[in-house]
Amino acid sequence: MVTRPVVEVSDLRHAYADGTSALRGVSFQVGDGERLAIVGANGAGKSTTLLHLAGCLLPQAGSVRIAGLPLCRDTLAPLRRCVGLLFQNPDDQLFMPRVFDDVAFGPLNLGLPADEVRTRVMHALAVVGATHLAQRQPHRLSGGEKRAVTIAAVLSMSPTILLLDEPTAALDPRSRRQLIELLQTLGQTIIVATHDLDLVLDLCPRTLVLGEGSVIADGASGIILRDEALLAAAHLEKPLRLQSCPVCRGVSGQAASGCHSSNRV
Amino acid sequence: MARIESSFPDFGYLDSLASRDSPIHRLDPRVKLLTTLLFIVCVVSFDRYALSPLLPFAIYPVVLLTLAKLPPGYLLRKLLLASPFALCIGIFNPLFDRAILLHVGSLEISGGWISLASIMLRFVLTVAAALILVASSGFDSLCLALARLGAPAAFVVQLLLLHRYLFVLGDEALRLARARAQRSFGRHGIELPVVASLLAQLLLRTLDRAQRIYLAMKCRGFDGELRLLRPLRIGATDLCFLIGWTAALLCLRFVGPAPMIGRAIGGMSW
Amino acid sequence: MHMADALISPLVGGVMWAATAGITAYSARRLQANGDDSVVPLMGVLGAFIFAAQMINFSIPGTGSSGHLGGGMLLSILLGPHAAFLAMASVLTVQALFFADGGLLALGCNIFNLAFFPCFVAYPLIYRPLAGAHASAKRIRVAAIVAAIVGLQLGALAVVLATFLSGVSELPFGTFLLLMLPIHLAIGVVEGLLTAAVVTFVDSARPGMLAAAAASRPPLQRGGGRLLAQLLLLTAITGGLLSWFASTRLDGLEWAIFHSSGREALSTPATNTHSLATALQERTALLPDYSFRQAADSGDAAAAGDAGEVAGTGSEKAQEWPDVSAATSFSGLLGASLSMLVAGLLGLVLLRRRQRP
Repeated sequence: MVTRPVVEVSDLRHAYADGTSALRGVSFQVGDGERLAIVGANGAGKSTTLLHLAGCLLPQAGSVRIAGLPLCRDTLAPLRRCVGLLFQNPDDQLFMPRVFDDVAFGPLNLGLPADEVRTRVMHALAVVGATHLAQRQPHRLSGGEKRAVTIAAVLSMSPTILLLDEPTAALDPRSRRQLIELLQTLGQTIIVATHDLDLVLDLCPRTLVLGEGSVIADGASGIILRDEALLAAAHLEKPLRLQSCPVCRGVSGQAASGCHSSNRV
Repeated sequence: MARIESSFPDFGYLDSLASRDSPIHRLDPRVKLLTTLLFIVCVVSFDRYALSPLLPFAIYPVVLLTLAKLPPGYLLRKLLLASPFALCIGIFNPLFDRAILLHVGSLEISGGWISLASIMLRFVLTVAAALILVASSGFDSLCLALARLGAPAAFVVQLLLLHRYLFVLGDEALRLARARAQRSFGRHGIELPVVASLLAQLLLRTLDRAQRIYLAMKCRGFDGELRLLRPLRIGATDLCFLIGWTAALLCLRFVGPAPMIGRAIGGMSW
Repeated sequence: MHMADALISPLVGGVMWAATAGITAYSARRLQANGDDSVVPLMGVLGAFIFAAQMINFSIPGTGSSGHLGGGMLLSILLGPHAAFLAMASVLTVQALFFADGGLLALGCNIFNLAFFPCFVAYPLIYRPLAGAHASAKRIRVAAIVAAIVGLQLGALAVVLATFLSGVSELPFGTFLLLMLPIHLAIGVVEGLLTAAVVTFVDSARPGMLAAAAASRPPLQRGGGRLLAQLLLLTAITGGLLSWFASTRLDGLEWAIFHSSGREALSTPATNTHSLATALQERTALLPDYSFRQAADSGDAAAAGDAGEVAGTGSEKAQEWPDVSAATSFSGLLGASLSMLVAGLLGLVLLRRRQRP
């Protein structure tokens, strides 16, 4: 399944300054072009893992290798170039006065020439379908538009790995659907930390379950998301689409799984 | 408390005016900034009893307002909202300066009233010019203009970030204040300890947010500088605007066409 | 307490602009030298925080009036003086541009009063020595109140001085001062209490954070005295240059006024009656305030008195404004209303043209 691992995490440990330990030995590998979901309860260590992969935190123990390079202070600059992190709250990420400026922020920091930057920005905006927003101010965008623009801002750096922290949080159903469709078209390796298990079902063939800072399960989403005992242990619930439909059950009297919705995994 | 609710949408509106399109909007922001400053300096450089030489200066805001297609009613309302301080100080002039300066029929007008009128006129002119500047340029363009005119980068970056997060934090303050109002059961006015804890909560959230923004910046190669890819070019139109208004304003200031025109007319009719 | 453009003379405004620009450049340089780029977003959002915080009004106990946070002190405690100054300056700039609080020319004054005093005087010279590194809540409160009062009193004094020197307002210096200082004493107490309360709250919620913040930012170093000296020098130079410029311009202006009101002959004797003292006064005149030049102008004014409806020829007031005569005023008003009319018509025509596609 794993072709050539672009992300290798082994026995990663992390404790915050106040002593709470967030990660207690997490290990996993992600192959090139793979889409992995990291799920788990609040405080299970999802965000902390993503922050490590993005180089915002450095391993206190254990190691993180991205595209073969070990994550440490010296390799931060090249590693950040191939990893794009999307924050849960788009407002934290859209700090420039206009959408164009924000998408251009990364490429300009790379020191690219102006024309190249412009091409990259317009290309990235086109990919997420936000070309018309280029001259808008971030605070005038809707939640869905903000999300699309943050993706463009990350794509303009042409990363090979995308890290998404709760990408569907606070999105209305239609924006959420559009986001999922957009993510499905991207070719990058994608790692999503989320509570939205229906999103996982649609986007990620593989799921990693974290509980209290360690890996509880790692495997095909179709299997893991049906394992009610495992999900309950991780403070999660079976995705709605996989739950038995109360209407159908009322008619047929049997707890048929997936009567209205197909299991697309 | 009401001020948050009333001023935030308003603030956004002034900003949105800047995204309109007009010959004035298309001008280089540096040119507009310099012209506005010159205008203000000219207006306030008259002595305290100047009234008639100030009036012709109204031509600048009027022309810009119309050319930039800005809503005059809105700007007028903003003027009124901002007037109290100037009025507060100016209102003392008639009290302290009672010497009669002008007779209009049997009406005697003291110097104080004239200087008060002059203060208010200055106020209207200067504030209108500044509002038109913002409404026709946009805040970020003005920041860019400042940067190109030599303002320190750290200050310009600070202005840009402040403007960006005003709305975000304003909303947050609003939510906190509403949550507090929900539980205060109609008691009006907030006491100091309550406001302190409200502000402290807002501050803690702000500090967390700053940390996240910093991470987001770092992830995209932030090195202490915010770069804007926006070419500013001063073209022929910009130059014409600058030179034209400079000439006009200096003429209004030092030649003072008003009395001349007045005398010419007066000479004709009598 | 924002100064307004309408109450300020270009000279005072210009000098304060120069002073503020100097401090801004200095602060930016110190910040850059520090090399900690995490302070960039922190300053930005804290500026926005102050803005949002100022919109939350609260009732001041026992007075029935309401107040809000000023913020300069709080920012200094969180960011150190240099970053705090830049953040406050940006807050005041946005207020000037968007809310017409103050004005563009008065911006220099306002930044000086509301950012320089709290950040570079009250915080480093009063709050820090008083509060020390690990202060108790009570000590923080005392330090914050004292520092806030001093900062605000200085600010109020500066407002009064700037207004007085500008000579647009008639308020006598003493009266204005008596009006401003007590008000700002009350505001200072509240500002201090509020700052202390927020600081202690943050300190208990995130122990150690403030101490770390204070330690990581550059304090006002030995350069402080030098900065002040440079600042004074800069102010003196700009003040001197501008007043020289202003005084020469004023002569020209008078000439223009007399010329246009048809009394050219009167402009000459004025120089004869100049005593050395008044000439000196005119050279160093800080403001376009004619009352300072009473003696010098008395000759002109007495002669100007015959020009019709000016109140009592010998009246003292008339001596102060040689240029205000009924004839001048009348033709001036006529011309002014005419140009207003032209401006209005021009606007109307432009409006029409705009509506027609």
